[in-house]
Amino acid sequence: MYSVNYHRAASVADAAKLAKGEAKLVSGGMTLIPAMKTRLAAPSDLVDISRIDALKGIKVSGKTVTIGAATTHYEVATSDKLAKACPALSHLAAMIGDPAVRHRGTIGGSIANNDPAADYPSAMLALGATIVTNKRQIAADKFFKGLFETALKDGEIVTAVTFSAPAKAAYEKFRNPASRYAIVGVFVAKGADGARVAVTGAGDDGVFRSRELEAALAKQFDAAALASAKVPAKALMSDMHASADYRAHLIVVMARRAVAAANA
Amino acid sequence: MSEVSLTVNGRRVSASVEDRTLLVHFLREHIGLTGTHVGCDTSQCGACVVHVDGKAMKSCSMLAAQASGSDVVTIEGLTDGGDLHPVQAAFKEHHGLQCGFCTPGMIMTTVDMIARHPEGLDEATVRAELEGNICRCTGYHNIVKAVLAASKTMSKVSKGKTKKAA
Repeated sequence: MYSVNYHRAASVADAAKLAKGEAKLVSGGMTLIPAMKTRLAAPSDLVDISRIDALKGIKVSGKTVTIGAATTHYEVATSDKLAKACPALSHLAAMIGDPAVRHRGTIGGSIANNDPAADYPSAMLALGATIVTNKRQIAADKFFKGLFETALKDGEIVTAVTFSAPAKAAYEKFRNPASRYAIVGVFVAKGADGARVAVTGAGDDGVFRSRELEAALAKQFDAAALASAKVPAKALMSDMHASADYRAHLIVVMARRAVAAANA
Repeated sequence: MSEVSLTVNGRRVSASVEDRTLLVHFLREHIGLTGTHVGCDTSQCGACVVHVDGKAMKSCSMLAAQASGSDVVTIEGLTDGGDLHPVQAAFKEHHGLQCGFCTPGMIMTTVDMIARHPEGLDEATVRAELEGNICRCTGYHNIVKAVLAASKTMSKVSKGKTKKAA
């Protein structure tokens, strides 16, 4: 790891002041620290936001769920309130990494990093979530911009995510047997504005919504509605782990399983 | 440089370290606790697992500065040097180690796992929870046996209840 200057931010305002130039925000650091160790990332400064209380915790008020950016995967996975409001998201969080990683990694870090195989971005898209920053609110549909790219500007800090609890939702992941990352992960949700289906791990340009599957589910939110559904392989990743055609096939299979789980 | 001040195994320790110092290097090289191992160095293998504020974490993927102010427990701190901790005893009894390199991390993960599952553990849960700990000797069967045995010893309620993997 190259030299770096570590700062512990006392507040979001403090963090915003420190997060200038080549500085990077760090919370759990489950992606950033390993990337720095291999010198894939070399920030001048690290601004630690993991101990800012205002960024932590899960609130459920009526149907509105708000999760602080520095809330860990473990806290998301084990929250009783969230298990009632949106068990699909608890389930997703419980499938990230391993127990030690879940104790440190945070939801804000995952979505701000927008790894094309990360789990949370698919949930944010399918739930129609809003990403709250220290400057504005951004709809998930406009937040995820491509591989490791988001709508965040320099110095902008994700403070929370918020969404309306769906009537039904589920997440199904087909893991790479070695890395355990999603080769395909599909989050389905049936909410106020109909069925939404978001796919991670497979898109050439990162997480995306499958309009084909959403159209099929609009008529009937049932696994049977996807019996003959097809997803084009054109914009999908093809690598040593899975071809684009195989990923296209897996998306439909995972979507079917997810809808069945959501209806169960 | 960072002034790092934390509690390790109940002892206050302070040091001035480079900001990029990883917690595992701080433990091993600055305060001489070499029971915590560096295996893969890419946060896959879990040989470096310690407890930070009561939760299992990979000390190779965390800066010492990030842990400043925290309470850290390493394999050396599980007991005060007398009897083995029940998890250590179970690993010995069930031959849950071969070369022993992964053992400190396995044991720290196990102690954390048992604490999070007071209702008891079943084999599927143990295998799922050990996802972040790799044994290069592939001695998993006996490790799982040891974890289950330790869980029985430590659990006040051991009616064979099962819980789905987290």
